[in-house]
Amino acid sequence: MERVPILKIGDILLVSIQVDMSDQTALQLQEDLAERIVSTGSHGVIIDITALDIVDSFVGRMLSTIASISKVLDAETVVVGMRPAVAITLVELGLSLNGIRTALNVERGMELIAAARPDESPDDDEFHDETDEPETTDSA
Amino acid sequence: MTTGIDLSQPQAQAIRSDEDVVRVRQLVRTVAVAAKLSLVDQTKVVTAASELARNTLVYGGGGSVEVTTMDNGRRRGVRIVFADSGPGIADLDLALTDGYTTGGGLGLGLSGARRLVDEFDIDTGAGRGTRITVTKWAR
Amino acid sequence: MALNAEESGRLAALLSEHVDQVTQRWTEAVAVQLRGRLSQAELRRQLQELHRAILTTAENGIVDVDAEHAAELRAVLGELSRGRARQGFSATETAISVYALKEVLLELLEARGGESVLRDFVAFSGLIDQMGLFTFESFVRTREGLIADQAEQLLELSTPVVKLWDGVVAVPLVGTLDSARAQVVMERLLQTLVDTGSPYAIIDITGVPAVDTQVAQHVLKTVVAARLMGAECIISGIRPQIAQTIVALGIEFGDIATKASLADALRHVLRLSGVETSRRSRRGA
Repeated sequence: MERVPILKIGDILLVSIQVDMSDQTALQLQEDLAERIVSTGSHGVIIDITALDIVDSFVGRMLSTIASISKVLDAETVVVGMRPAVAITLVELGLSLNGIRTALNVERGMELIAAARPDESPDDDEFHDETDEPETTDSA
Repeated sequence: MTTGIDLSQPQAQAIRSDEDVVRVRQLVRTVAVAAKLSLVDQTKVVTAASELARNTLVYGGGGSVEVTTMDNGRRRGVRIVFADSGPGIADLDLALTDGYTTGGGLGLGLSGARRLVDEFDIDTGAGRGTRITVTKWAR
Repeated sequence: MALNAEESGRLAALLSEHVDQVTQRWTEAVAVQLRGRLSQAELRRQLQELHRAILTTAENGIVDVDAEHAAELRAVLGELSRGRARQGFSATETAISVYALKEVLLELLEARGGESVLRDFVAFSGLIDQMGLFTFESFVRTREGLIADQAEQLLELSTPVVKLWDGVVAVPLVGTLDSARAQVVMERLLQTLVDTGSPYAIIDITGVPAVDTQVAQHVLKTVVAARLMGAECIISGIRPQIAQTIVALGIEFGDIATKASLADALRHVLRLSGVETSRRSRRGA
């Protein structure tokens, strides 16, 4: 079975799906990604689907699940590069990908992640990764 | 990977595994390109085929698919027939409702696939398998 | 409706014995119907060609429009119909060019006499009807082609997607939005978003005379598809009566931004993307 590679770029994990995934490959990616988010402590995940010529309900559900899992693990997920034909088909299919943030390309996706965490730089987040409020950290 | 196949003949593909669903997608795309479907229509019919192939595998316990290039004199198109000898669908109206699922999916496979094609015909009943015929015409 | 071998032979004989008479009378009969909109010489040339095609077919076998060896006959008939269709002749005026041959044949048969006159005329009539129908179908196909081409050109013309600002594209919709056109607009707009990397699109419906449920659905689908791709759409130019229709139809625009004018929409987008703030600070400095 093929495995989709996950790249770490700075504070962000980049997944560029280049193959026509079987359902097993999709589920594997979901698992791999959850592990990598924890092991790298990344706060952002970009899933680049520029190369995908279709997204069916299974892949759609995988994207939603990844977004939910990463949210629980304190990481922001952005799906980037969806082709127009794919978007039109998804609308017709009735899949709205609720809860998923999207951007036109990787660059915009990175901006989106940076904007979502304006107060954190990659260097200091390990000092208060339990909570966003410094006061609580101080009193603890 | 798909060069050298004679597209004037119906193309058959077994659906026994996950990888076969991928093969069905690739086969349908090849035929759709040959039938000169627009990019959006190609995407729609391949997506519909992906949903239905997965249904054949998950609910029908596997089966087969046949893809044919159509030509009604004025327009070309793609016809895909999915057949399985699984348990069949007892309540078709319910199965075609958005969001209804017995398999833990999103419940968009059957109802969504129907919206993506021009013609949708389903022949099923409890205990006698399922045969779904879909057609997408070039605009 | 095909002729049998004997009838075919008699038709060929009749046509080849009286070449000049046939084309002359044929041309006259058709010219009356076309009322001088096609020159006699041009008409005569066409009919001579058709005459020759019938004879060639007869030489190679029986005369039958559907036969394999009648390809040339079909080509000539097709060419004749296409020409007529492009020049704006009606279907009747096109078919008459073929049907007029009946009168000519009847005259020739009567002159020849003999007991097979009636039977031959019925058989020849059948063949000419068949040729007429073929002409009619070619005519319709040509016309349909013309209409389809024009519709496509109209689509091309009527759906421009323009870049308004860095990262902002707009599509001003003018005229009735039917399903086919809505689809083209949608695809083109979304493709432009990708090509220009624009995260904002303005759909201006000032020029759309009426909005029904279907049109509204198309616009809404475009907005949802754009969102899936990571872009935001703003709808502008909703006139009062259209706003009333939208509410009366119970169409939910949900959280989609709507603005009265294209200018308002652009201002809104620039504020969202932070462009105006920087312009203001520049002006203040």
